[in-house]
Amino acid sequence: MTETTAALPARRARSVPRAGWMVVAGKEFGDHLLSARFIVLVIVLGLAAAIPLYFAAAAIREVASSVTDAQAVFIALFWLAPDVGTGGITLPSVVGFLGYVAPLLGLAFAFDAINGERADGTLPRLLSQPIHRDDVVNGKFAAGLSVIGLVLVCVVGGISAFGLIRLGIVPAAPEVLRIVLWVLVTFIYVSLWLAFGMLLSVVVHRAATSALIGFGTWLLLTFFGGLIVSLIGGVIAPLAGTVEEQLRNNSLQEGLRRLLPDTLYREASLTLLNPQVTSVSTPATIGGYEQAAQRIPSLLSLDQSFILVWPQVVGLVAMTVACFALAYVAFMRQEVRA
Amino acid sequence: MSDGPGRIAPKRRPGRRLATASEAGAPTGSATSTRAASAPLDRRSLERRPPDDVRIRTRALTKRYGDLVAVDRLDLDVKAGEIFGLLGQNGAGKTTTILMLLGLTEPTSGEAWVAGLDPTRGPLEVKRRVGYMPDSVGFYGDMTGRENLRYTARLNRIAPAEAAATIEVVLGQVGLADRADDRVDTYSRGMLQRLGIADALVKDPDILILDEPTTAIDPLGVGEILDLLRGLVRERGLTILLSSHLLNQVQSVCDRIGIFASGRLIGQGTMAQLAARFGDGTGHLELGLDVDDPATAERARALVAAVDGVTSVRTGATPSDPWVVTVASAPDAKRVRIAILAIVAAHALPLTSIREVVPSLEDIYRRAVALPAQRGPEVAA
Repeated sequence: MTETTAALPARRARSVPRAGWMVVAGKEFGDHLLSARFIVLVIVLGLAAAIPLYFAAAAIREVASSVTDAQAVFIALFWLAPDVGTGGITLPSVVGFLGYVAPLLGLAFAFDAINGERADGTLPRLLSQPIHRDDVVNGKFAAGLSVIGLVLVCVVGGISAFGLIRLGIVPAAPEVLRIVLWVLVTFIYVSLWLAFGMLLSVVVHRAATSALIGFGTWLLLTFFGGLIVSLIGGVIAPLAGTVEEQLRNNSLQEGLRRLLPDTLYREASLTLLNPQVTSVSTPATIGGYEQAAQRIPSLLSLDQSFILVWPQVVGLVAMTVACFALAYVAFMRQEVRA
Repeated sequence: MSDGPGRIAPKRRPGRRLATASEAGAPTGSATSTRAASAPLDRRSLERRPPDDVRIRTRALTKRYGDLVAVDRLDLDVKAGEIFGLLGQNGAGKTTTILMLLGLTEPTSGEAWVAGLDPTRGPLEVKRRVGYMPDSVGFYGDMTGRENLRYTARLNRIAPAEAAATIEVVLGQVGLADRADDRVDTYSRGMLQRLGIADALVKDPDILILDEPTTAIDPLGVGEILDLLRGLVRERGLTILLSSHLLNQVQSVCDRIGIFASGRLIGQGTMAQLAARFGDGTGHLELGLDVDDPATAERARALVAAVDGVTSVRTGATPSDPWVVTVASAPDAKRVRIAILAIVAAHALPLTSIREVVPSLEDIYRRAVALPAQRGPEVAA
């Protein structure tokens, strides 16, 4: 026997059998953390959150008087849309800014997940290892989720620290809980875009094309989605006629808007962060209006706020699951050499 | 050595079949569709399992893509410890066949066994034992060669310390030890193929399936790689299935060869068997004669041509060129050679060499693919 085989150690002791998806996820997670896009996104997201926070902190002194309860002041940093300068320009709030930018986070970590492997010629090699085929998509999705979670926690933690120093107000426990829940909702929202990016990376064969489609969709839904839905809503249910009809059509338009994940996310975030918000929908009847007008302004407790946006959260989760399921099925049905 | 082919049979065999059944139930694409029917099928396929020395067997294996028949009723047998070459033009169905053997593509119909297992039902167990190098193999460019192999080792659940040792060995075997810590995107095509072979070896496979393993490797490197493959078969009893369109490589390294044409296997066997099947039946001898004057040459030609069984004698263009003697039937070549030697001795002809010309694989291949496909696949055992 020559030295070639003598040097090969006996292959009996296999290490603890880890699931294939965990190995894939571990590698992908490491890749993401070392990639340029990770650093760029942390900076972009950090800035998108820090800038409105800075102005909100300046504007909060005026608001502080109107906020009835001290426990809601710190959290107002996140939802307050501050006026900047004297020209009456209103910046979006932290929530608004993150709502615009966060989908990029999801897309960036997924748009080339599968087609990138195809382009590199690594997919057949990867699939010829003793792992299940779905381990590849599952692992990549899990890695994406981990990175998203990491980035969100870091960014929100960072800006909270900034707010603490600048305002000098220590948030109360319910406020911290509200922020944690909001981070969770943001996480789900970004996961939706991650799943969508994954779907594109399976279906579209070139990474550049899938990035273009992904970012195009983001632009369309986030910036023009509202306009398009209003346009359609104006045709289907115009705000004309009797008061009852107008109210009914208004709530119909509201329902249409809720087809956009963007709307669901905003409603959920604002309600979770701002205890003053007591309803997400405008009343559909005159009676409802009267009731709302007679309500004594008060702060909702956390569980009440959460119950209010439960449908929005479920909607976001459902969309995420649907996107991932489509990506999963498409990948399982694809030929290795497609 | 004791670690011959026999070593493979007992290793990681016991209890594995149970694992296979449970893996088949997991939601891979191929497994889910057959899950319902798997219990009775398993029993049947166990009964029909090939003997242990047949490492790869296919029976009527067929793959259709719509109207296109990529692989048509393939019957293939690869025995333990042999190097089998799949030969065929581009698009002849070689790669599709390989993907079906690995369970990466589901056959339309027919059966396959790899290492005694059905790749469509137990893909994980098959993939654990088969090292595969795809054609135009790719690696993660931002990782080093060693890191790429380490990832493969992790996917195979090899313990890190053991993996490091194995990786060191296989990198040395393919001649990449000094470049192992460079990023893969600095590698040339040939180096990628070398890394691909190393990658297939990391899991210590029983069977090696190589799809166009040497197309981009330089000629000297090809020699090294082919030596490595022969060594693996000799020392560790590996079975190797390789596909190639580089005829002289296939000829030099493969024990048996299967010729593919438009999805069908039109012949399989050793070089001699293929030559017998696809040759025109004639044999050829090459004579080196040191004759200068035409009269002696003509006398010698007449003497050789008179030997029983010789159909023609073609002299060289210049006096120093060898002559080619055609024998009516190939098995007669030996007898003719003895007869010629006797004549040479009797007439004191200045003979410098005499040898039988074996037809090259290229000749065989040309004839084989030129034959009408209706002859169908015949198994020359």
